[in-house]
Amino acid sequence: MFASILAAGLAAGAIYALVGITYNTMYSTSRVMSFTAGQLGMLGGVFGSYFILKLGLPIIVGFLATLVCCAILGYITEIVAVRPVLKSLEQHLYVLSTLALALMIQQVTAIEWGTEPRPFPKLVGWGEGVWDEKFWIPVVACALTIIGLEFLYRRTLVGRAFVAVAEDNFAAQALGLPERNLRVASYMLAAVVGGIAGFSGGELLLAFFANGALLNFYGFVPVALGGLGNNRGAVIGGLILGLFQQAANFLVGGIFASVAVFTLFIVVLLAAPQGLFGSAVARRV
Amino acid sequence: MNTQATAGSAQNAAPASHHQARTQLYWLLAAVVVALGLPYVSNDYWVSIGTRAAIYWVLISGLNLVVGFAGQLAIGYVALLTIGAYTTSVLTAGKVFDPISVWFALPIASVMGAIFGVIVGLPALRLRTFYFAMTTLGFATIVTQIALAWQNVTGGGIGIPGPEMPAPFDDNLGFYYLCLGLAAICTWLTANIARSRFGSGLIAVRDAEVAAEACGISKSRLLIPVFILAGALAAFSGGLFAGLQTYITPDAFTFELSLLFFISILIGGRGSIYGPMIGTIILVILPEIAAPLAAWSTFLYAFLLLVIVLAMPGGIAVLLDFNNRRPLAKHRTVAPQTSLLAALNPQHSAQKILGLQDIVLSFGSVRAIDGVSLDVQPGKIHGLIGPNGSGKTTTLNVISGYYSPSEGHLTLGQEPLPPGLPHLRAGRGIARTFQTPRIVGEISVLENVMIGGATAGKANFLQSLLALPEERRERQALKTKALALLHVVGLGSLADIRTDRLQHSELRFIEIARALMISPEFLMLDEPAAGLSSDEINKLGALIKAISACGTGVLLVEHHVDLIFEICDDVTVLNLGKILAAGTPDEIRAHKEVVNAYLGG
Repeated sequence: MFASILAAGLAAGAIYALVGITYNTMYSTSRVMSFTAGQLGMLGGVFGSYFILKLGLPIIVGFLATLVCCAILGYITEIVAVRPVLKSLEQHLYVLSTLALALMIQQVTAIEWGTEPRPFPKLVGWGEGVWDEKFWIPVVACALTIIGLEFLYRRTLVGRAFVAVAEDNFAAQALGLPERNLRVASYMLAAVVGGIAGFSGGELLLAFFANGALLNFYGFVPVALGGLGNNRGAVIGGLILGLFQQAANFLVGGIFASVAVFTLFIVVLLAAPQGLFGSAVARRV
Repeated sequence: MNTQATAGSAQNAAPASHHQARTQLYWLLAAVVVALGLPYVSNDYWVSIGTRAAIYWVLISGLNLVVGFAGQLAIGYVALLTIGAYTTSVLTAGKVFDPISVWFALPIASVMGAIFGVIVGLPALRLRTFYFAMTTLGFATIVTQIALAWQNVTGGGIGIPGPEMPAPFDDNLGFYYLCLGLAAICTWLTANIARSRFGSGLIAVRDAEVAAEACGISKSRLLIPVFILAGALAAFSGGLFAGLQTYITPDAFTFELSLLFFISILIGGRGSIYGPMIGTIILVILPEIAAPLAAWSTFLYAFLLLVIVLAMPGGIAVLLDFNNRRPLAKHRTVAPQTSLLAALNPQHSAQKILGLQDIVLSFGSVRAIDGVSLDVQPGKIHGLIGPNGSGKTTTLNVISGYYSPSEGHLTLGQEPLPPGLPHLRAGRGIARTFQTPRIVGEISVLENVMIGGATAGKANFLQSLLALPEERRERQALKTKALALLHVVGLGSLADIRTDRLQHSELRFIEIARALMISPEFLMLDEPAAGLSSDEINKLGALIKAISACGTGVLLVEHHVDLIFEICDDVTVLNLGKILAAGTPDEIRAHKEVVNAYLGG
């Protein structure tokens, strides 16, 4: 049982961590927490199933097509729901605009794709039991994504520009960095990460429209645990959440697992509002 | 003189608000007639839709205080509806205990709703809006899961029968009138809260949190009772909802319902009671008259939400606000009537001194304040000047409690003034204004000034909820004082105008009037003359002198040195967080280093 908890927990945790990184990547350049993060995770599964099972495309082509579609949605998110409200003095408007867009995505999926969970294709075919690919693929995907992002942020010029904008938006603009284009790029990048989360977790979560709301919440918990904008915190927080949830799931049963996660979330928020690993504090006066 | 001016202004202000009140009354009467007459002009189907709208309004009226007034984005309130529905149904069906009457089950459900309303609301007390939105969303998700999984109590996916209403509410018509009556009561209760100091306090916390704190408003003390009320109403509404459905399954509580509640309020407009009510009616009827769109209703709601956010942030309430359509007079001048102040502001007898001793405050490695000591004497004006970044505003923020100094201490009279705790300053007689005026734009000028009197409010939430005489007296007294102070600062004629229509210089005077609401022993003004014309600066100078003549000690941060030298009794000059010079205006004017560093030759 311990092995099952570990396998299922790490797999779920890796998916949550990836959605958490999706939140963070959007947040870093815009200071906006977007409700579309979870929907992108959901779409990763739905698009994957659509391209590979329904259209019969090769896996790698289906994967790339999924990421492209997600990136386009990231672009749309920035244009429709983020850019118009950034200038507004009302800080909370982005919550509403991104929520509206997220719900529209969810509803269109429900109508066009159906409200029943549909199967997701087998991708590799290696391993069984606790070594089943549905458990290890998300973990590997998460690890590769982190390595890729670290490489991007540390070794490439674009990545460094991201970091500069995230660190101090105004200073970066004063240096002549194309802040708006970088923001658009970061939304597309975030959407790709969200797509990877959904695609790699497809066999675990299936291609199901309601995954969006679920991932919105379970993907946000690692961000709250790890601190806004802190990717390392999101990964650790995601894995902790996944293990905690699956342990509760196996030990006390499904309903109480949800209750336990929710309680953990509230307690952490109240005890450590900045997350366990810290994030920047805004000046009030 | 004083009474005359107040009476005159009341006459000026009265016609507009009376006119508005009368229009509102007509609309209300029309709504009541339509609601009562509905069963006689239509069929059972429309009566059931009317019942549903009334039940939803029971929830939305409470949620309106959370979303519309407090600005908290509670997007998952369907969870509390679910809790109420299942609690009522389970109790009346006798699933856990012996079956009980629905009249007992509904209050028990409300208590459950109140408890969970507070639990879900807890993060809102400390964290940004997004966290609260997420908590309510997460809560909505798990409540449905629990309803589905806890089969021996909730019946799982099969569901359980809803409560049966006793006669005479057991038929469609009786139930409709019951729900209508309850909806009317909820409207009355929540409108009472909206009008009370709780309502204006919530709006102040929403739009000007820092200023609200300086006025002595504690966010958690306001929000917790509101979460209790909203939770209780939501669960109560859930009980009625179960009665309407006759049989409930988890499928009945979709997220779409949550969205309907939430968007009704935003369509209606924040800070309004009637707007969201109209919004509720529109959203309940909309899918009925556009049947082919039923499958797309969530999409439609979401689309509406996006349109409102991007194009019409004020909602329906703005369309109803006829009072603020009339153009304001151009080229207005602020004409303070300082002679009125003495009668309003009792002479302070206690000769307390506000003292700072060796205050040090660092941001990282920067010592923003580096060993500053100064005394503000009662009845005197103390000027604080210095170049940008010398620590003037930071000094004010330390006194107001926004920053805790790392060294040194503050004293008020003989007692130490504890560091931090900005919301306790007003209670100790310390008021302030801000460098950028922190004013609530969406409410009237008068209401903005009344916020300053928050610490005088003694009526508790229950008294406000029922609009008991004590609360009404208190509110009237607050209103009278606020209006009189508006005349003192010269804005009496604008009392009923929505504040965001005013010009910048007028906002500065509103802030001063708001600060004067507590008859402060000490008043801190942060660059009050910035952006004012020279004529207005002269008037401001006279006003500040009149304030200090009442015994109030004034600490004045300013860049207009002419004003400083004209009205101040003492002046302290800061440079790089240290005191460069301190003394009388004449001494400072002749101080060589000050001239070199700041005044210029």
